[in-house]
Amino acid sequence: MPTVDVEKCNGCGLCVSVCQCNILVLVNNVATVVEREECWRCTRWCTLCEAVCPTAAITCPFEIVFGEE
Amino acid sequence: MAVDTEFLQALPYFAGIDPAELDSIKGFFFEKTFERGDTILFEGGDSEALYLVFSGVVKLFKTSADGKEQILKLVRPGEPLNDVSVFDGGPSPTGAQAMGPVGLYGVQIDDLEAILRDHPQVTRSVNKVLAGQVRDLMALVEDLSFRRVTGRVAKILLEHASNGAGPKQRLTQQDIAGMAGTVREVVGRALKTLEEEGAIRLERHRVVINDREALRQLVDAD
Repeated sequence: MPTVDVEKCNGCGLCVSVCQCNILVLVNNVATVVEREECWRCTRWCTLCEAVCPTAAITCPFEIVFGEE
Repeated sequence: MAVDTEFLQALPYFAGIDPAELDSIKGFFFEKTFERGDTILFEGGDSEALYLVFSGVVKLFKTSADGKEQILKLVRPGEPLNDVSVFDGGPSPTGAQAMGPVGLYGVQIDDLEAILRDHPQVTRSVNKVLAGQVRDLMALVEDLSFRRVTGRVAKILLEHASNGAGPKQRLTQQDIAGMAGTVREVVGRALKTLEEEGAIRLERHRVVINDREALRQLVDAD
């Protein structure tokens, strides 16, 4: 799920507006993840919040693993 | 609702313009709002007005013959939506869809022509904005040429994949972009390409390498 750097977040709310899973809200003018387990309802791990963030405050970190080949 | 003068003043289109001049321009602008999923422009359609985003995000996309959508750009507040078709008079090169609630300021093409005629500073700024877009697109073309980025992303995935031992490293698309010497949007596209080719699988919070050999071949071809 998205990780928010509160120091970088400028409270613009673009991430909230694009999130199709409604897991983000602005709390005290800072983007906040409120429904951690719902970050999959869009059926894709879309990472749109990361894409639209103008201050790079929001990121969607992932692991890279080898699957069964 | 009145057009926000401060917002217009901060736009690259109106950089350096005198406040009194801006006051005479802002009367030409009107406001439009859209909800998530609304189509704002159709690919190939006509543009009767220039639109600037003042709130929300709009995706510009093209659709292939088999219905596959490719997002070309996410337009954020302060950026123009359709300047290419407005200035060359041609059809819209992309479709445009609201990704959430969106607010636009629009100016009819006839009014825009009057603004450009009467305010040379705006014309100079518009030229600069359009030239900047050409520069960005040229960099993108260079990046996408010869699959170089996909090969670099494949190499990074192989180098940072966990073998199950030791602490797991977590990366973001921005991290990979920094390592590959490109921008995040290109990394996203490269990951999708690798997934379509069956080399990787994108899952929640992880990238699963399905076909190590396919990635190695891409690295070798780079």
